Amino acid sequence: MSVIYEKIYNVERDDYANAGLVSSLIKQSLRTIGISPAVSRRVAVAVYEAEINMIIHAYGGTITLQISDDGMIRLIAKDKGPGIPDIEKALTPGFSTASKKAMELGFGAGMGLPNIKRNADEFSIESSPAGTTLDLKFQERE
Amino acid sequence: MKVTEMIEKTGFKTVYLGEDREVAGVYCGDLLSWVMGKGQPEQAWITVQSHLNVIAVAVLREFSCIVLAEQAEFPEEVIERAKNEGLTLLYSDLPVYETAVRLYEAGV
Ligand SMILES: Nc1ncnc2c1ncn2[C@@H]1O[C@H](COP(=O)(O)OP(=O)(O)OP(=O)(O)O)[C@@H](O)[C@H]1O
Ligand SMILES: [Mg+2]
Repeated sequence: MSVIYEKIYNVERDDYANAGLVSSLIKQSLRTIGISPAVSRRVAVAVYEAEINMIIHAYGGTITLQISDDGMIRLIAKDKGPGIPDIEKALTPGFSTASKKAMELGFGAGMGLPNIKRNADEFSIESSPAGTTLDLKFQERE
Repeated sequence: MKVTEMIEKTGFKTVYLGEDREVAGVYCGDLLSWVMGKGQPEQAWITVQSHLNVIAVAVLREFSCIVLAEQAEFPEEVIERAKNEGLTLLYSDLPVYETAVRLYEAGV
């Protein structure tokens, strides 16, 4: 298995206005190269939530899209900190540390990471004060 | 039912008329990740959130349109983004519940 396509997208801290942009670009690319609507949609939802988290909770970062010759889609969302102190807590549906400002905009349901986990076929998360990395894999489901 | 027929029957004000999509059901919600997790394609989405991110959510969930309730208003930049996406934006001056009832009575 080897990577046949790779693209890296930047996500800026506090850039609410462009939140969702990377997600829609990735969805378009996937549809263009013939990935099914079902998989494209799952990937797009995961990217969206990862992107928003990087904007509202982290200092920005990058999202890397890789496609392998066997059709596997991999997403690596890597931010520049401050990290997640308790990952298990963060993954609990409903848990959120969103600011008042973010809450007023409709963020902070504590459903982002659970949404990512549910949409990805493989999910791993690592975090330290230097940054959080989500590593996600997606494949066509039967 | 199509979006245009829905507009006619409900009397909601058109902010921007995009693609005349099929409307199948309604979703109400203002917590974006919640909507992202539960919304279904072709639903009309009733919300009171009017900032740019609602466009991203509506496009990803493939909603047929957004109905902004409670006399909230879309900023110009949001309307521009909706135009790029062909996504219909509507105003209802009613609260969320009455807005949903109006859609129900229209047969959505
Ligand atoms: N990239 C990140 N960097 C730092 N903290 C994060 C990051 N992503 C998530 N978190 C932490 O994990 C919590 C849960 O994240 P999750 O996306 O599930 O919910 P939320 O962002 O708070 O709300 P929602 O996604 O529903 O709008 C966040 O409130 C935050 O404390
Ligand atoms: Mg989140």
